Amino acid sequence: MADESLIEFLHAEIVKYVIDSNDDKVNTKCSLQKYISTLEYLGYITGFRIIERLTREWSPFKNELETMKFLCTDFWSSIYMKQIDNLRTNHKGVYVLQDNAFRYLVHLSSQKQYLEFAPRFVAFTCGLIRGALSNLGITCLVTAEVDQMPACKFHIQVQRS
Amino acid sequence: MSRQASRLDQKKVNSELFTLTYGTLVTQLLRDYENVEDVNKQLERMGYNIGVRLIEDFLARTSSGRCTDFKETAEKIQMGFKMFLGISPNITNWSPAGDEFSLIFDSNPLIEFVELPDNFMQLKYSNILPGVLRGACEMVQMEISSWFVQDQLKGDNCTELRVKFIKRLEDAIPAGED
Repeated sequence: MADESLIEFLHAEIVKYVIDSNDDKVNTKCSLQKYISTLEYLGYITGFRIIERLTREWSPFKNELETMKFLCTDFWSSIYMKQIDNLRTNHKGVYVLQDNAFRYLVHLSSQKQYLEFAPRFVAFTCGLIRGALSNLGITCLVTAEVDQMPACKFHIQVQRS
Repeated sequence: MSRQASRLDQKKVNSELFTLTYGTLVTQLLRDYENVEDVNKQLERMGYNIGVRLIEDFLARTSSGRCTDFKETAEKIQMGFKMFLGISPNITNWSPAGDEFSLIFDSNPLIEFVELPDNFMQLKYSNILPGVLRGACEMVQMEISSWFVQDQLKGDNCTELRVKFIKRLEDAIPAGED
């Protein structure tokens, strides 16, 4: 058992490391994209691997919506100690997962202060979702939207070929 | 088998998340640095940063006071491992002067799904732990150093972390007051 605060500190260190190692460029806009995508990639790898172990003994999910529900309830509450507060979909492959108190933002702010730093704390989780879904057979794009901390909306866009 | 029958076990998931996240981090470091030594150093530094913050959590939750001797410190460290990683290392091999001891881990959650390839034998995979200890102890006015003497990843039976007391840090005088 690893304590949740340990995971939170480790996550913070990963964010710090990725930013520090990309920050030497003069062009800040370029490095912003670069570190977000690195963090997203790290999340992807982690999500891909963890789902492989978690769902080993589960019967296959019936459809896409079932998979999303699993993600919002069981998966989310196992790693972030709470369920997703709201799941919405247009039934055409777009899902919006809303977490009103996202773990990595909860200790940062409860209003608009530090809002500019929010993307770096949600990028890893975007990747985590994408990696998890990818291993469950769903290819998608995941982006996050933070209007007011600590609430966070994850937009999942399923790509159908 | 119905799906409800196999709910996810929160503790297990959390521990796996931690292990896998750490693994991802180490992989990324190995990709970024050419030199394995640099990876070891970077891991130690990250551990230090974590330890500096983790100690506050520890003190707030255990409401433990200042340690009177190094033996007590060893017990507190053991307690910390129990609290944060859910493992209880054994304290052994005290040096005669009482300033050095070993923590023996039968299992190390960090290395649960890990195998070291031959060309990375110099890698101290769990090097974040000595960093955490150093950072945490520094915040309670103790300078220590710690290092691995045995490592399960390198074929040893157990993982042994050696901890050495260096000196007691004096309270710094606040700036502007001589």
